[in-house]
Amino acid sequence: MSILNSKTPEGLLTEKWSRHKAGIKVVSPANKRKLEVIVVGTGLGGASAAASLAELGYKVKSFCYQDSPRRAHSIAAQGGINAAKNYPNDNDSVFRLFYDTIKGGDYRAREANVYRLAEVSPNIIDQCVAQGVPFGREYGGLLANRSFGGVLVSRTFYARGQTGQQLLIGAYQALNRQISMGNVEMYSRYEMLDVVIIDGKARGIIARDLVTGKIKRFGAHAVVVATGGYGNVFFLSTNAMGSNGSAAWQCYKKGAFMANPCFVQIHPTCIPVHGEQQSKLTLMSESLRNDGRVWVPKKKEDAVKLQKGQIGPNDIPDEDRDFYLERRYPSYGNLVPRDVASRAAKERCDAGFGVNSEGKAVFLDFKYAIERLGRNVIEARYGNLFQMYEKITDANPYVEPMMIYPAIHYSMGGTWVDYNLMTTIPGLYSIGEANFSDHGANRLGASALMQGLADGYFILPYTIGDYLADEIMTPKTDTNAPEFVEAEKAVINRLEKLFNIKGSKPVDYFHKKLGHIMWDYVGMSRNEEGLKKAIELIKEVREEFWKDVNIPGELNNLNPELEKAGRVADFFDIGELIAYDALDRNESCGGHFREESATEEGEAKRNDDKYTYVSCWEYKGEGQEPVLHKEDLVFENVKLSQRSYK
Amino acid sequence: MADKILKKLNIKVWRQKNAAGKGRFETYTIENISTGTSFLEMMDILNNKLIEKGIDPIAFDHDCREGICGTCSLYINGHPHGPDTEVTTCQLHMRKFKEGETITVEPWRAAAFPVIKDLIVDRSAFDKILQAGGFISVNTGGVPDANVIPVAYEDAEEAMDAAACIGCGACVAACKNSSAMLFVSAKVSHLAKLPQGKVEAKKRANNMVAKMDELGFGGCTNTGDCEAECPKSISITNIARLNREYIVSCLSK
Amino acid sequence: MSSILTASIGRKLLMSITGLFLISFITVHLAINLSLVLDDSGKLFNMGANFMATNPVIKIIEPLLGLGFLIHILWSLNIGYQNWKARPVRYQKTSLSKSSTWASRNMLILGTLLFVFLIIHVINFFLVIKFNPHLMYTVTVNGIEMEDTYTLVASLFKDSIAYCILYILGGLLLGLHLSHGFWSAFQTLGLNNKYWMKRLQVIGRIYAILVAIGFSAIPLYFIIKF
Repeated sequence: MSILNSKTPEGLLTEKWSRHKAGIKVVSPANKRKLEVIVVGTGLGGASAAASLAELGYKVKSFCYQDSPRRAHSIAAQGGINAAKNYPNDNDSVFRLFYDTIKGGDYRAREANVYRLAEVSPNIIDQCVAQGVPFGREYGGLLANRSFGGVLVSRTFYARGQTGQQLLIGAYQALNRQISMGNVEMYSRYEMLDVVIIDGKARGIIARDLVTGKIKRFGAHAVVVATGGYGNVFFLSTNAMGSNGSAAWQCYKKGAFMANPCFVQIHPTCIPVHGEQQSKLTLMSESLRNDGRVWVPKKKEDAVKLQKGQIGPNDIPDEDRDFYLERRYPSYGNLVPRDVASRAAKERCDAGFGVNSEGKAVFLDFKYAIERLGRNVIEARYGNLFQMYEKITDANPYVEPMMIYPAIHYSMGGTWVDYNLMTTIPGLYSIGEANFSDHGANRLGASALMQGLADGYFILPYTIGDYLADEIMTPKTDTNAPEFVEAEKAVINRLEKLFNIKGSKPVDYFHKKLGHIMWDYVGMSRNEEGLKKAIELIKEVREEFWKDVNIPGELNNLNPELEKAGRVADFFDIGELIAYDALDRNESCGGHFREESATEEGEAKRNDDKYTYVSCWEYKGEGQEPVLHKEDLVFENVKLSQRSYK
Repeated sequence: MADKILKKLNIKVWRQKNAAGKGRFETYTIENISTGTSFLEMMDILNNKLIEKGIDPIAFDHDCREGICGTCSLYINGHPHGPDTEVTTCQLHMRKFKEGETITVEPWRAAAFPVIKDLIVDRSAFDKILQAGGFISVNTGGVPDANVIPVAYEDAEEAMDAAACIGCGACVAACKNSSAMLFVSAKVSHLAKLPQGKVEAKKRANNMVAKMDELGFGGCTNTGDCEAECPKSISITNIARLNREYIVSCLSK
Repeated sequence: MSSILTASIGRKLLMSITGLFLISFITVHLAINLSLVLDDSGKLFNMGANFMATNPVIKIIEPLLGLGFLIHILWSLNIGYQNWKARPVRYQKTSLSKSSTWASRNMLILGTLLFVFLIIHVINFFLVIKFNPHLMYTVTVNGIEMEDTYTLVASLFKDSIAYCILYILGGLLLGLHLSHGFWSAFQTLGLNNKYWMKRLQVIGRIYAILVAIGFSAIPLYFIIKF
């Protein structure tokens, strides 16, 4: 019997959420005023949760490391947000969205959670429109939709190529309103460095004021972690420079289980890496695959000439172009899910058909769409993305195809949570990308925004009441309690230890080194030998880091190098856990591809008999191997089948 | 398109220890920078060189590095976000600079944006302005279906044009008066253009302008620098709309 | 309502309203002045000047005009000070020549120069006409006896190249000031949108050029002709 209780309600799939809501406890308005909740992170999940909880009457403290809550990295999501509205009348439904998401996630997510996500998705669109999100519209004044990878209907709502930005601004506006009303205390430029547990319950956090360097204690009745994913383990990713896994990692070290850490999404359409000095990768929205056709040359000699810069893409006639996605997956074509598209690109490049000087890029061509629809239509749809591409690469995508390559984008894995979004630590919640819950082994495009807002607007505000209803007699948390003192001391000790190493190399040196190990051995394609090697290599770099990192500046001042060092120190540990998890899961599913588990055609092969579970890792102390717990996944409403997009 | 190597550049940059500190310019040289490198990557390289030499690296704000979060904020060679158009600092590339050039890098300068350290300024004044009214007063839940109120295509587009503001503060930095009118007007326009936001439009304009004045931003003298330097090309017609909304709201009280 | 004059937008609103008022004055002023070059006998100009001096409507508007000038000038100083305060530390290097026009960034300087010009102009003509009419000749035009304003003006230009140049400069400065001021007044009143932006700017520029040419042409005419 697993020690994990997912608290998934009984009954029909379609009734689980309503029955659950009816059954959980509710806190009276008078008592809500006495209860404090800390929300860490102000992305779609964090901002929407903080605002919604404050609207309900809870006293909320909200934290973000950025200078303003509006800058959280949800803002960078481009393409759109899914919802089962069926406005286009193309036979979409809650069930179809649920089914697509479960299937897209390669059957490694909890049915009940995913169904709930699909069920509340229409409410999100309603909410956002009421908040003033300027979604794209048809001439008749009603909302427009576009389609995204991995689905056969149009259910994606969008605000040009800036959907994440607009949704985040919506949530930020709601948050601002609560701040102005005094219901939320906002702490910008604060970084959570530890969670404080008193009598087995999460009671607060230790955070560093990034401007003054002061370490401060904050108490509450519950703590919500909405700190996003850990993609920056790989150094180069589409995450923001500051995106990190540290808050979630401290929760892990305090007893919250990490689930499916090896499920990391590699996004197929990013601007390729150039040179050694690159600091981050820029995403080109998946929506581009609606109208762009992906290809590489059919003939090797053409590819070689392209790599040497002897010919341009437009010198290759149509008949010599290999539209490999359309060739391999005729029914979904260029709109296969991200993991499939990424691996297919890697396969072609590994075979020597890459099209840039490094041989690590494929073309995304709009020539055909421009011929079919005209340049104006393409410009209206993707103008800002094309402009961004041109600014970065100095090449004009209206004239020649874009060059793209897969890059680390999103972490499906994260802190384990039950149906109430509570971690294994009572009173500690995890929402949005920070938790593991809804995307299984692969996330469909336009679903991250949906999940972040579903958690923050419509799920957590209900489920947190079930816990807080029992806390109404608990007085305000005393931040002078010995647990706070101890946690604060540990945080200060660690920072001092890091700071006093005074080695010879900057943090970036180690971060890049870790990134290379992760990309080479724990990246798009993994095998046992490589993973074991990665674990060894990570240990070595970590050791070197703790001996030789050089952090300049001062402890008690704004110090970006110190911030980075703390995050990178945790990335070593996270990277190691990803490798452990990948090693355990000897099957290919979603973003996780084990070379040992592939079909003869090179397609991913799942192993449902052995791996239909959520891997939940428990921290056992520094230097100790983590312990694996399994939450078995039960599928009552969908039939597990080998995913096919052919 | 092919990248070249800039053999030597001088970076003249504002150094200031903390908010209370007295700042000064320092000039550093940096060698062998590819024109395909982004400006901030160049700063990273410079910083790692400084760390090696035992010099405190230059603090600057940055995060998403894809031009949307609005965190980066450098005043480069006399322009907010540098000499390229319609980009943020993080999207500015070294191909915009010449061999041997001295590049002057300054923080945003405004009374309302005090320097925190080196090139980092405190832009929380923007948050405060938005908290004064830059929202629609609806709670979560209990809202009508999204398609109940049709919104004219043009209105939605205009709202989106204004909503594209990333809150970086380049408008304030560019304006000779350190005016925040473009920022405020973008929010006022975004919400006023939508039927959902129209309801509170008058109150919103009034409260946000009062807060803007209180925080020490200058007034608008319609030079248009803000629009020209805005990385998202937010139009100053929004300022006309704000003026209109504001005047109407004052007259109807 | 109370905030309309104290808030930043309100302060600008006063500039805009007084500005438009002054623009209408300048239009009338220019129209009458052009008669200086249309009729060398001075009859036309004297009739115009007399009409302005005796018309009861103008009598009412005259103090308002003075007030308009006063508000426009004093308020600009107030606004200039507020705006200057908003940036206590200046940039080492600015490069805004492509982002905005020189005139738009230097309205206060242009305004100050115009103010200096205005003082000289007032001393030259207005004070004489208004308070020292005994220094002027009288003429009879169409049977009406009136002060010979034409001679006052014409002799100034005929006698002094320096004054001519000063008045040409004044005209040009005014044109520059208006090249920004005209459309800016509409923008501040909120009477602008994406369609009218370009139109107002073009109209403003044409108007500014007409004013600059119109006013400068008069002394130039006297230089050339006499």
